[in-house]
Parts: sequence; structure tokens; C-alpha cells
Amino acid sequence: MEWLSLKQWSPYVVGIGIGLLSCVAFLLSDKPIGCSTAYSRTSGMIERLFRGEKVGEKAYYKKFTPSIDWEWMLVIGIFVGAFISASLSGEFRAEWVPSKWSSTFGNSVFLRWVVSLVGGMVMGIGARWAGGCTSGHGISGTLQLAVSSWLAVICFFVGGIATALLIYHVF
Amino acid sequence: MFRTLHAKKDVQLGIGLLIGILFGFFLQKGGVTRYDVIIGQLLLTDFTVIKVMLTAVVTGKIGVHLFKSLGKAELHPKPGSFGSTVIGGLLFGIGFGILGYCPGTLIGAIGQGSLDALLGGMVGLLVGAGLFAEFFPTLEKKVLLIGDFGDLTLPKLFKMNPWILIIPLAIGIIALLIWIETSGL
Repeated sequence: MEWLSLKQWSPYVVGIGIGLLSCVAFLLSDKPIGCSTAYSRTSGMIERLFRGEKVGEKAYYKKFTPSIDWEWMLVIGIFVGAFISASLSGEFRAEWVPSKWSSTFGNSVFLRWVVSLVGGMVMGIGARWAGGCTSGHGISGTLQLAVSSWLAVICFFVGGIATALLIYHVF
Repeated sequence: MFRTLHAKKDVQLGIGLLIGILFGFFLQKGGVTRYDVIIGQLLLTDFTVIKVMLTAVVTGKIGVHLFKSLGKAELHPKPGSFGSTVIGGLLFGIGFGILGYCPGTLIGAIGQGSLDALLGGMVGLLVGAGLFAEFFPTLEKKVLLIGDFGDLTLPKLFKMNPWILIIPLAIGIIALLIWIETSGL
């Protein structure tokens, strides 16, 4: 069972694993793997704590009710699975600033936090605007040969590569 | 079709959790829950993310279409439009480049202890998703349906048997992966 405690597996083994997992999801649950609607639902659940039941009347939350569903459980599972994997390989560690970031922009926890917050906000808007993320469009959608998903994943990487190059080579 | 299984709500939540656990395990073992690996892909210095994604797409594409041809699975392609897919996709990309995680790998990053993912990225994503829900009625009226093409798939667009696309596309992706590997990326 040594392979379970390896720090990293071949990307091809991991890719085949995720591909097979997509097939299992279609077969057993009739669902494509995706992550970003879970954020909408959670955001709605949090808002409901403050504003009460009228949150459910928002048009978007009529489409995606703020409640726990298959995809929401999948997202919880990702957390558990990554924790198990990192623990088995001794890779679990509390980290405020990733090393690639700190080697270019320094160790400031505050700077990295603000940048992650802003990046997360833009991504949260974009994911729901495009109707999916790197899993829902990037893997599950492209494997179904959906036109929307191929177009979306091209835009994800065009925007991502341009932004990353700008941040690391211009600023 | 496992229709009876699909209808069992509680069992489905359990299956979702189990599939998620395996997904998270694979993502972490693949290294793609690390900021350094994801930003390396966007800076075009580390091709791990593309290798994982394309291998998953080839495997899943053949498997899912095989089940579909056998009548065991149904496809659920997402609808799209230029107003939603292109503008949203580019916005997502900008966020991706700033944050260095995507919505799924961010959760995996939290599971391995990345606090920028937990306190920055996740909070930001929840706020962003909430803002989108707030402005959804206006956006739907003005932007999201521009150039709508619905849940079109490539086989429907080109009016051909899916397998005539799947096989050459799989060979093309494998050739691309071999090229990436041999050029040392």
C-alpha cells in the first residue's frame, strides 16, 4: 500500500482515475461532476441566516435552491479526500502563503489574503456567469462534447494565462 | 439505466460524498490542489494541470459515450451563449489567474491545509456567487442570452455520429500529450 503514501502520482494515472470517476457519476447518479453550484447554494444558505426565507424568492435561488444536494456532498467529499491523501503522504501542513507566491511577492500574509479574496470573488461571479467551472465545463462538459464547455474552457485558460503572465511578469 | 437508484435521494447524497472523496484524493495526489502547480500551468512552466485534464477528458469521453451507446447513461450538456459562456469564461479566467485555484481544487487545497484557499479564496467565491445571484435578473435580461446556442453538442453541430468525432479527437489529444511529454514540458 506504499502508493497511497506517495507524495504525487503520475498526472496520467490521476487523469484516468478522474475520467473513470466521471463515468461512475453518470452511471450511478445520472450527474456530471461539477463544483460551482455548491457555492451558490451555500451563499444562499448563509444569506438566509441573516435575511430569512425571502432569500428563496430570488430568481437565481429558485433555479438553484439553497439546500444540500448531490453536488454539495461531492464538494464536502473533495475536502475529505484531499485531507486523507495529504495526511497519508505527510503533505498536510498549515500554509498561509504558497512558496511560488512568496518567492516573487514576499511573505506578507495580508497581501496574499487580499489577492485570494479578490481572485475568489471574480471567479465566483465568472463561474456562475458561465454556468460552470473547470470541473463542470472543463472536464464533464468537454467529455460530453458540449459546445458551451469547449468554448468556456478556452476562455478560462485564455483569461487565466493572460492574467497570470501579467501578475508575474509586469507587476 | 439505474433509474431506481437515481431516484433514491438519500443514497444519492452518499454516492455524491463517496465520489467526492475519491475526486479529492485524486486531485491532491495529482498535485493540482497546490497553488504552485496551478499557477505554473497558467505561466506555461508546468503542464501537470493540462495533463490531468486531458487524460480525464479522453477516458471519460470514451467511457460515458460507451455507456450512452449501450443505453446505460444519458448526457447532460450545459446550455451556453456568447453572452454567458464567453464573458463568464473570461471573468472566471481572470479570477483563476489571480487566485491560483479553481472552485474544486480550492476545496482540495483547504483539505491539505492551505489557509489562503480557506480564508481568501473560499470567502471570495461565496461572495462572488452571492453577488451573481443578486444581479442575475438584470444580467439574464441584458447579457446572458446574447448569441444563445442552447445545449448544442459538437456531434449535433456537425450532424454526425459522435464516434466519428470521439475517436479522432482522442487520438489528437493523446498525440498532443505525447508531444508535451517529449518536448520536456
